[in-house]
Amino acid sequence: MISNLDYVTLQQLWWVLCSVVGALFLFLTFVQGGQTLLWQVAKNETESALIINSLGRKWELTFTTLVLFGGALFASFPLFYSTSFGGAYWVWILILFTFIIQAVSYEYRTKPANIWGAKTYELFLLINGVVGVLLIGAAVGTFYTGSSFSLNELNQVSWQYTLGGVNLRGLEAAFSLFNLSLGLFLVFNARVLGALYLINNIDLTEVPALEERLRKQVWSNFVCSLPFLLFVVVAILLRKGFGVDENGMVSMVSFKYLFNLLALPHLLLMLLVGLVLVIWGVFAGAKKGSTQGIWFAGLGTVLVGLCVLCVPAFNSTAFYPSTVDLQYSLTIYNASSSKFTLTTMTYVALAIPFVLGYVAYLWKQMDSRKLTTEEAMDGEAY
Amino acid sequence: MIDVDLSLVNWSRAQFAFTAMYHWIFVPLTLGLSFLCAFYETIYLKTGDEEWKKITRFWMTLFGINFAIGVATGIILEFEFGTNWSNYSWMVGDIFGAPLAIEGIFAFFIEASFFAVMFFGWNRVSKGFHCFSTWMVAIGSNLSAVWILVANGWMQNPVGMVFNPETARFEMENFAAVVFNPVAVSKFTHASSSGFVMASAFVLTVSCWYLLRGKHVQMAKKSIVVASVFGLIASVFVGFTGDEAAYEVAQKQPMKLAAMEGLFTGERGAGLVAFGIINNSKGPGDAQDAFLFDVKIPGLLSLLANREFGSFVPGIDDLVYGNEKEGVMGVNTMMEKGKLALADLSSFREAKKNNLEDAAADALARFEVNKEFMGYGYLNTPEEAVPPANIVFNAFHLMVVMGTLLPAIFAAFLFFTLKNSVTKQKWLLPVGLFTALFAFLAQQAGWVTAEVGRQPWAIHGMMPVKIATTNLSTTSVQITFAMFAAVFTLLLLAEISIMLKQIAIGPEGH
Ligand code: HDD
Ligand code: HEM
Ligand code: HEM
Repeated sequence: MISNLDYVTLQQLWWVLCSVVGALFLFLTFVQGGQTLLWQVAKNETESALIINSLGRKWELTFTTLVLFGGALFASFPLFYSTSFGGAYWVWILILFTFIIQAVSYEYRTKPANIWGAKTYELFLLINGVVGVLLIGAAVGTFYTGSSFSLNELNQVSWQYTLGGVNLRGLEAAFSLFNLSLGLFLVFNARVLGALYLINNIDLTEVPALEERLRKQVWSNFVCSLPFLLFVVVAILLRKGFGVDENGMVSMVSFKYLFNLLALPHLLLMLLVGLVLVIWGVFAGAKKGSTQGIWFAGLGTVLVGLCVLCVPAFNSTAFYPSTVDLQYSLTIYNASSSKFTLTTMTYVALAIPFVLGYVAYLWKQMDSRKLTTEEAMDGEAY
Repeated sequence: MIDVDLSLVNWSRAQFAFTAMYHWIFVPLTLGLSFLCAFYETIYLKTGDEEWKKITRFWMTLFGINFAIGVATGIILEFEFGTNWSNYSWMVGDIFGAPLAIEGIFAFFIEASFFAVMFFGWNRVSKGFHCFSTWMVAIGSNLSAVWILVANGWMQNPVGMVFNPETARFEMENFAAVVFNPVAVSKFTHASSSGFVMASAFVLTVSCWYLLRGKHVQMAKKSIVVASVFGLIASVFVGFTGDEAAYEVAQKQPMKLAAMEGLFTGERGAGLVAFGIINNSKGPGDAQDAFLFDVKIPGLLSLLANREFGSFVPGIDDLVYGNEKEGVMGVNTMMEKGKLALADLSSFREAKKNNLEDAAADALARFEVNKEFMGYGYLNTPEEAVPPANIVFNAFHLMVVMGTLLPAIFAAFLFFTLKNSVTKQKWLLPVGLFTALFAFLAQQAGWVTAEVGRQPWAIHGMMPVKIATTNLSTTSVQITFAMFAAVFTLLLLAEISIMLKQIAIGPEGH
């Protein structure tokens, strides 16, 4: 069956698959969000330990999803991988940097003789949560705003944007109001998700004060995220987009993304359902005293994320536009791997449901009992 | 043609080598220690003896400390192909990206999710399931080695692909050929078993330290039994797979083999250098002696390289300038053919652009004749195809010396443990203290042999590193190099300090 799929279908399928991984990553940034809440909601050692240990059982999943996102893009859209990572060099390097320092922080924070002290590792977690997520948002934003790259005849990338003679290699993405708003929205959303996850995961009966603070955070971060969310959504609906005609010529088209949503109603539906679910999750967590908010807000984030990643790629749109010359812009059709590779990778992708299955199974096994203070303060704990 | 800024290329190489070598400090220990933990825990499960649980948890703690920094140094490698080798990534992403993606799907998720059970599941899942999780972490780690070495093996011996002149890219044609690439197979068996050696050596070193100070004697002795059995088997296996790797090198990358042996002039019945001091100033084609001093075992190199006594092993000079008598085509000839291929490729693309179908077909036919030499067309001089032989020779020989020493050490420990007199061997325990260092040196030397020996190629014979880089300013790469150097080193210091502290605390703290 897979061997009968035509090239275009495979290319579209792989964009959707990459987007699913990206959207799952956005959900899993609850770990990053939780990291940024640490210094606000934990008022003593016990509470810190609870939060760190609760997040510490999940951080690897988020991290690995990011790695898979990179690997999947490399295999299926190599020209995008090389253009974006090689071109917007500094953005990606800084993002990676914040993940390097995150990876050791859980394990080393409370270990004796860790040289740099617990506070340093907590600072690493904070940097990862704020800067990492913000820059990822800005990078995703460039799907809508474009980047200043050009490609030579061998598709080698050059970057044009300079400030005071210095080539910023992608850092300028953070100067765009749209990109910045998307980044800040993701930061606040991650914090909402982080608080909801902690409410779900920790045995709150022993720490009622922490519960109250977490529920407050759900609400306040949701409120903070709203203006950015609204700005992003409205800007997407109103802005000009990068359309591609039958001959592959790219031009600016008014209300392109609005048209895409109307032409692809399932994406529109996903966006709306996603937003409703996020709001539902927030209410459940902030106002109703429920511990299940994370599931609604999490699924909602996945749906919204999927929509945000798919809208600029489908319906004859260039998903990685060049602002230097529109004709350099990348589409899922000119940036993909060969048909053979995509077909092979599709067989491999049959394993994804199985992977999701055991990840969910282990999550259930491990979290069937809530995390208690006793466990968090145990010698083995983080 | 492409202008290359050599300082950019060299800094990019330095950055990759630096980050990869840092990664490889931790990876071998992860590969092996995960299995040792699984062995210890299985014994605990079978015997129910709490002492074994204590042992398992002790080594697991050390495993966790090491694992975290292995992960931290790994993510950067994955993305460095995009950030620093973007031209490479575009040209071969079709083939090279696939194993990386598969590694993510099949290996990293197993590691990541079972890792949480292994560390925090003691009171949350059944004993049996916990032990199963520990095994899964070990299997997941080693599966990741499979896929990354498939990727690396492909760079050493590109198979299963065709060049698409329309796009100027390499495209995958046969996935099975990529996965079952003989170089990938020998790399995986060699590198993963070298990880088992590393971990066994580490356990030996820590245990000897306890024995010398008379601390945790029971646990140290028990740990040694398992580690020396595992280490002995693994180190013998490492020797065999190393031989297989060398055979593959001889067949697929003769220039690397010549550098490994410091062989400048090829010969029939070539001897193997058992010990030698290589002449650093010796270059291809000059009249100097290759060695200041050397001891050779006659005829052995021919046997190892071609599995045939008296067979011809080409030296660096034969490979660079050709040796008609032995039927060796020189780099000089390949360069001429390569330049023709590149010129025909350009004409083909030019004609295509102007819709001149006949001219395009013509150019394509000419290109097909010489296309296998295309990579050589990028070289400026034939000597450019020679890796720094002194580095490769020294690294290779360091590894082999360690490779003969290590099985002997493991065997000695096993022997005296079985006779229950390890603690009385006053000479052996200090040797044990250095075993981890020996294995570590072999590890690093192994990759230096494999990677420096591959120069100047990013993809052997196809793409020199100088055309693989991203078009960046050298300053950018220098800054990132400094950033990585600083942060990895600060983290390494923390790791070592935490490790030493945990070893000092010992298993009783658990
Ligand atoms: C022979 C084995 C081997 C080799 C040659 C490499 N690695 Fe590695 N890598 C591992 C074996 C491994 C491992 C044992 O599986 C690690 C070490 C610690 C860990 O968590 O997994 C790992 C971790 C690790 C991670 C973090 C995974 C996670 O999220 O858990 C990444 C992204 C990479 N590696 C990527 C690479 C790349 C791009 C390499 C090529 C230069 C590379 N590794 C060489
Ligand atoms: C983790 C263990 C590894 C170590 C220690 C290692 C070591 C090195 C060294 C020393 C160099 C520099 C060679 C030179 O410039 O003279 C290098 C370069 C390189 N290696 Fe590796 N390597 C490792 C794994 C890999 C793997 C698994 C791959 C591919 C999947 C790889 C791909 C490359 C590339 C692309 C370069 C840069 C281009 C070049 O200089 O050849 N390496 N590596
Ligand atoms: C008798 C001993 C040994 C022989 C003959 C041997 C041979 C080789 C050869 C020929 C290579 C290069 C493969 C290539 O370029 O494709 C290699 C690489 C390597 N060796 Fe060894 N080796 C020996 C012992 C060891 C030991 C004891 C260790 C570590 C404990 C080790 C670790 C490595 C590593 C990590 C690599 C790089 C990965 C690879 O290319 O497979 N080797 N070895």
